Amino acid sequence: MSSRFVVLLIPLAVIAIFWLMARREAATRGPGHRGYFDRNGALLGTVFIALVGFWTVFLVVLPYLYMVVESFHPRLIPSKRGGPEDVLTIAQYRSFFVEPSSGNWNTIHLWAFIYTIGVSVVVAAFNFAICYPIAYYMAQSGTRQRVRVLMLLLVVPYWVNEILRAFALRLLLASKGLINQMLMGAGITDGPIDFLGANVGLYVGLSYAYLLIMVFPLYNAIESLDRNQIEAARDLGAPWWKIHRDVVIPYAKPGIASGCTMVFMLSAGSLAAPQFLGGPRTLWFTSIVYDFFFQSFNWPRGAAYAFILLVACIAFVLLMLRVFKVSLGETIR
Amino acid sequence: MTSRAILRAMVGFYIAIFLLYLFGPLLVTSITAFNTPSYPQAWPFETFTLDWFVALWNHRAMMEGLQNSIIIGVAVVALSVPMGLAASIMMNQIYARARGLFYLVTVSPVLTPGVIIGISTVIFWKDALALSDFTKSTFYNGLVLATLGQASFISAYCMLIISARLQRFDRGQEEAALDLGASFPQVFWHILLPFLRPALISAAVIAFLTSFENYNTTTFAILADKTLVTVIAGEVRQGTTPALSALAVVIIAISLAGAIAYEILKRREEARASRILEAGRIAEREAKAELAA
Repeated sequence: MSSRFVVLLIPLAVIAIFWLMARREAATRGPGHRGYFDRNGALLGTVFIALVGFWTVFLVVLPYLYMVVESFHPRLIPSKRGGPEDVLTIAQYRSFFVEPSSGNWNTIHLWAFIYTIGVSVVVAAFNFAICYPIAYYMAQSGTRQRVRVLMLLLVVPYWVNEILRAFALRLLLASKGLINQMLMGAGITDGPIDFLGANVGLYVGLSYAYLLIMVFPLYNAIESLDRNQIEAARDLGAPWWKIHRDVVIPYAKPGIASGCTMVFMLSAGSLAAPQFLGGPRTLWFTSIVYDFFFQSFNWPRGAAYAFILLVACIAFVLLMLRVFKVSLGETIR
Repeated sequence: MTSRAILRAMVGFYIAIFLLYLFGPLLVTSITAFNTPSYPQAWPFETFTLDWFVALWNHRAMMEGLQNSIIIGVAVVALSVPMGLAASIMMNQIYARARGLFYLVTVSPVLTPGVIIGISTVIFWKDALALSDFTKSTFYNGLVLATLGQASFISAYCMLIISARLQRFDRGQEEAALDLGASFPQVFWHILLPFLRPALISAAVIAFLTSFENYNTTTFAILADKTLVTVIAGEVRQGTTPALSALAVVIIAISLAGAIAYEILKRREEARASRILEAGRIAEREAKAELAA
């Protein structure tokens, strides 16, 4: 229990340090400055602190820390938790690289990890490519009413939840599905094509699920671009692709970074598309985590894998921000 | 045909393809809801039937899940909107050097995969609620854990929405009210909250919808209970039934109705705004004429 107890103290220590620093600095301030409780009143001030404290400490920081701590523990039956066998270990992380039973490289999970990251990157790039024209049209050339109707049309499918959308795609792509019926009816193929087995369903499902996540940041970024800049470039004889490459895209960079990171993160962490549209032999990383929790009941290993996924995602996002030279604040809006 | 017209036709064609990609699957699913075969089938269309809607209505687990989804959604709104509001107010007042960390902590759930939020919620609260028998028997259940897990990231959405409007708040209003003798709670209830009202409403709506649709976090945090989405997931995993198509039709119908109502409202508002503008112009002209006379 000891390591779990230590973790409890971390957020308290951080808050205390900042509080002390604030106290010291407040002492040097002039008399005109109003303190926190003067400014909000005693009751509201307390309520705000309680609400924010509950959220940040109990719903965000402690669960994350606990998950990390759990991942450094061995898998034990509940009665042995906190006993002498409950020691800190990196066995769960080792098991990601080396299969504990055989001692060989854990190629299945390593491959699933690379595959998940790789497919998510491709999905983000693909969605950018197909959403950019729509976003550009809505932001720069459509009339106001038409843009609003188009936007409503874009939103309506997103009220239908992820799983029903996956279900809809499955009806289309299944071997008895409409697309196979059409292909066979037209005489293009003799037998049904196994789209789901070949992971076409997975790719389409991921792209389909996060179209809107890409359209809106792009639209917001391009919308604020002064139309005169485009006109000027056109008057100076720039061909259309040069206008996009040298004027619109550099300007919309924060929106592009935002859309791409969001789609990447959602896709790498998605569970519905791989579960319902993936082929039977496809291993998506989140599905592996899911199985650790619900089939082999190995929570520490599941937590370790979840943490690996989280670190990979954060690293990727930071890399993207560095490459696009935008700040985190600009991305989340 | 000029090159401009060709370009316009191409843009129109592209938008049509895009919308087909967006709506095609839903359209096909909707057709299967009205077709008789028990495997959802759009073609050949055998006989028109409403049986699948009846089957949906009689689906016990789904109705139970729907009830839980609504309870969790309302609880998430009740938690997330106040927490998001408090956080966005504190963001401006907090000790400057802690602001970066505060921002990072509050926004991190948005960037964390939902699966991880679900897992960490269960791991932490399982231990925390096991401290006493009372908390374990009362609070350790799927409804509470799903609410807590969802609230952790939905609060961040609420905070971002409310912050965006709070930035446009004129501090001068607050100062004026204080100078005139208002107390701080009065300023909060009578000036700040009414100003933030639109943001609070949209935060509440988005919080509810996000909670209602959530799968990744909920599937871990829901434990032995069920929500509508987890019931649907179970059904899809087991095979497919046109009752699911019927559910999709119901949801599409509701959201289309909402979208149309929104559009009508917006148009009416615009018409009214332009009428007021017109009236203003007439009044101005008359005033000028009077002055001249």
